[in-house]
Amino acid sequence: MEQVKGSQSIVFKEPPYIVSSANIAGCKEGEGPLGKYIDSHGEDDLFGETTWELAEGALQTQACQRALKKANLKPKDIRYLFGGDLLRQGIATSIGVEQLQIPLFGLYAACSTSGEALGLCAMAVAGGYGEYMMAVTSSHFGSAEKEFRFPLAYANQRALSTQWTVTGSGAFIVGREKSNVKITGMTVGKIIDMGLKEPQNMGACMAPAAKDTILTHLSDMEKSVKDYDHIITGDLGYIGSEILVELLQKEGIDISKIHLDCGKLIFDKETQNTNAGGSGCGCAAVTLSSYILPKIVSGEWSKVLFVPTGALMSTVSFNEGESVPGIAHAIVLEHV
Amino acid sequence: MEYINAFWVGGLICALVQILLDRTKMLPGRVMVLLVCTGAVLGFVGIYDGIKEYAGAGASVPLIGFGHALWIGVRDAVDENGLLGVYLGGFTASAGGISAALIFGYIAAWLFEPKMKK
Repeated sequence: MEQVKGSQSIVFKEPPYIVSSANIAGCKEGEGPLGKYIDSHGEDDLFGETTWELAEGALQTQACQRALKKANLKPKDIRYLFGGDLLRQGIATSIGVEQLQIPLFGLYAACSTSGEALGLCAMAVAGGYGEYMMAVTSSHFGSAEKEFRFPLAYANQRALSTQWTVTGSGAFIVGREKSNVKITGMTVGKIIDMGLKEPQNMGACMAPAAKDTILTHLSDMEKSVKDYDHIITGDLGYIGSEILVELLQKEGIDISKIHLDCGKLIFDKETQNTNAGGSGCGCAAVTLSSYILPKIVSGEWSKVLFVPTGALMSTVSFNEGESVPGIAHAIVLEHV
Repeated sequence: MEYINAFWVGGLICALVQILLDRTKMLPGRVMVLLVCTGAVLGFVGIYDGIKEYAGAGASVPLIGFGHALWIGVRDAVDENGLLGVYLGGFTASAGGISAALIFGYIAAWLFEPKMKK
């Protein structure tokens, strides 16, 4: 039981490694600040397919194949795949990973899925259930707009508080094989619902969940903010980030100097018209794979708390007048 | 002069609605319903006929004009058929607009592919 920490956390006795990772993104992400770090980006966001959903599937296929190639592994070397996306029934994952024929756990944790998937991969490896596990998540602006807001053909106006769903996918292979990044611990988040009913303002829905997970993490692990080079949330965006910093300040914790947010990193809001920042399962995954992991690999950052956040929005329950629940999972990434 | 009137009245309606979209948390669907209802109510109290006469297409093209057209249709049908007109008039009066939206929408979907926003 010594791997169990506090109420919600785990510290791995033998930390698993992130053996390789790969990412692929859309045009807009390619033109953004992270463009030069992203492995590859498409030219038309359809990636050779006919619908946005098929395109998102193709993103997952390509991200997985690249991650396998980088690690010099074949699909059959991966024991289990943990995958998810934003769409109903996780259809982009089903479409995307079908041809890989890796046993699959389909996940839904909205934009925090990359954290859930990485955590489960790490637990499965640490538990001895296989040599390699793979995590993959994706999102696509076109398919997410259709699912949650309005189809692109309807051409609605975007509210200023809306975030821009990232078109992209990130895949991570976790295993015992040594690399320069290990997953030393994690804190699994709870559902936090403050009663917000704004599908146009996801950042505000998710910030209290991020606060809860970060606070629990610090107390479970008996750590302070100083122990981390950065605390990087998934996709709170500009509005949610501000709320998070403020909420934690009220608890006497100041993260303003080390806090980064993938939703703020991936787009340039001045030139890219992305309003409140990026979001989606692909946002945290692409930023982790393209920008955060290389910095940990090189040793520029030695310890990072990666906290992807999810607004678990159901269009059905929302239309029934229910609020949007939030969740956040924290993964500790350390340089080796 | 009628062009100028159509322009400024239509523009004013759109500008007011833009304020609703930007400054309130109302979603577009709700704003549209509000416009249609407003048009019907303004028709009922007898204000919108004058506005329409003054501004022409500036008042009939925005959704508020659709609400007004519904009201006119229901009113005339009630005059003609009695209470049954409540059910008949709205669709009769708005058939042109609805059919045109369907047909032109279909043609547009045929000719163009939805593209990513920039």
